[in-house]
Amino acid sequence: MRDEHKLRAQFRTVEDGAATGLAVLATVLVVAPLVAIFIYLIYKGASSLTWSFFTDVPRPVGEAGGGMANAIVGSAILLALGSLIGVPVGISGGIFLAEFGRGTKLANAVRFTADVLNGVPSIVMGIAVYSLVVVPQGHFSAFSGGVALGIMMIPTVCRTTEEMLLMVPNAVREAALALGVPNWRSVLSITVKTASPGIITGCMLAFARVAGETAPLIFTAFGNVGWSERLDEPIAALPLQIYVYALSPYDDWHRLAWAGSLVLIILIVVAVSLVRYVTSRGVLKGAS
Amino acid sequence: MPEIRISQTQFQPETGSPDGPPPEGAPSYEVSAVRSYLLKRGNSAIADRGFHWLMVLCALTIFGIVVLIASELVVRSQLAWSKFGFDFFYKSFLDPYSNLPLYWDPVNGHFSALPFLYGTLVSSFLALLLAVPLAIGVAVFLTEMCPGALRGPLAFITELLAAIPSVIYGLWAVFVLVPLLREHVNPWLIKLLGWTGFFGADNPTGLGFVAAGIILAIMILPIISSLTREVMTAVPHSQREAVLALGATRWEMIRMGVLRNARIGIVGAVILGLGRALGETMAVTMVIGNSPEIHRSLLANGSSMASVIANEFAEASGDLHLSALMELGLALFAVTIVVNAFARLLVWAVTRGAPASAH
Repeated sequence: MRDEHKLRAQFRTVEDGAATGLAVLATVLVVAPLVAIFIYLIYKGASSLTWSFFTDVPRPVGEAGGGMANAIVGSAILLALGSLIGVPVGISGGIFLAEFGRGTKLANAVRFTADVLNGVPSIVMGIAVYSLVVVPQGHFSAFSGGVALGIMMIPTVCRTTEEMLLMVPNAVREAALALGVPNWRSVLSITVKTASPGIITGCMLAFARVAGETAPLIFTAFGNVGWSERLDEPIAALPLQIYVYALSPYDDWHRLAWAGSLVLIILIVVAVSLVRYVTSRGVLKGAS
Repeated sequence: MPEIRISQTQFQPETGSPDGPPPEGAPSYEVSAVRSYLLKRGNSAIADRGFHWLMVLCALTIFGIVVLIASELVVRSQLAWSKFGFDFFYKSFLDPYSNLPLYWDPVNGHFSALPFLYGTLVSSFLALLLAVPLAIGVAVFLTEMCPGALRGPLAFITELLAAIPSVIYGLWAVFVLVPLLREHVNPWLIKLLGWTGFFGADNPTGLGFVAAGIILAIMILPIISSLTREVMTAVPHSQREAVLALGATRWEMIRMGVLRNARIGIVGAVILGLGRALGETMAVTMVIGNSPEIHRSLLANGSSMASVIANEFAEASGDLHLSALMELGLALFAVTIVVNAFARLLVWAVTRGAPASAH
């Protein structure tokens, strides 16, 4: 009888240890691919990050050298266009959710739809924008790519703006109203301004997310081997170029794909770290 | 002295009904008497109303986007729908010469979604099979076992994993994962498990469902583990203490006190991960092999719904081809909406009554 108890206790200790070990193993297995991806990106990409990578357009196949200047500029244009569409609409939606619609059925429905829209595959966004913008226009264009990216930014910006505004204490709003400030001024210059570090980081998060999107650009921005800044012409984009180069059979293009990925990932890591830094420091300095 | 207007106020800043339940997660929002008095003074009512409706309009665009996407996809897929109807999703054609089933033949106008449905399902479930145990392991480690100093950096790393663009995962998979599978893992799988029929030796490229499943697993891990973590932190501390007080070991505490209470939310997290996996495009397109066929072997080339759209849409050979691809897109849209909505509801059901900070 005593032995049985002892055995049982031993078994439970072993079981506990095994569970701990498995959890640690899982964590290691999850961290491993990230480390592997980063090491490969730096190992393969760093050597190609020369000055000409940022200033040259791609050379024809077979010629060594060349860069991705057109893709970098193209990505910048697309992202600027996307932000122009996504950020104002997203922030306004967030203001509605936090300031005007708290607890209403409409606000709950909007919040739910935003979350669901966030999970819609980007390729579906791509074909929807294709039939909404590209088909009526009759050709692929930078404008349609910007629209696709902008639509994808709206739900993320909207939800983070709402969360940040909810953190602003009510006393701040009341103080503004007590001074006789109209409600719209109070929302824009007091509440939104108090939460602005958080809102800006939310926008950066959305920005970083769409910066790497490839699928919605395949049938909208389409890509371009040459230099283009026009909004009504197909335009190159960094992730699109990486995709094309990665599947090409040329070593020189593979080299460029790694370098382009390194640039993209640095951009994203900086954005995510900044977000983390700002949110960990407390979004609303001095307001609480 | 400025005149203070007190009367004529139709402006109502608080549309929230006071008797409704308080919004989840938000700090309870009571309107103090002072505040409602100040708001009711009717200061610049027109500008305020205008601003209010502008914000409502922007919020409504989110509905607008969903409706626009759905209607465009429905309209543009009419051609394929009227030609094939529901057969599109489960019938195949027969090649008159070789007597083999034929699924996707743009040249002769045969379109069947069967191989793509199969490819999407197989790669997604393979990904879930690999990702779910790992994700729960990570979440358990981070919430219950991890020393405080490690928690921040590890959470940051999983966050980074979620932020890497899928095209970079694809690039890494093409040049690192696929060669690794081809040289080392696949021969071993074939030798060990070849008898089951799931690991045939007829694909020397290393591409295929296994490669797609692994890269998908890496990509959906962060979302599953971060949501699981959220749900686990929402379990009240008293539950853990009660189980520990009965003399349980730490693992028994996690199993009985935490995982059992959080199980609905964890299921929600897993379904959300499934939603991501179903629609993931670029990385899958780069490693799945892209052939519209159905093979029993998991090492064979396949194709998913998203990957066939990415590959063929820009150079579709005719209206019917385009329309069939649109219909695939519509199916993908509908499935991901349903899966996401269901998962969100499950996660909300668990985290709604959560304490503000459980740790």
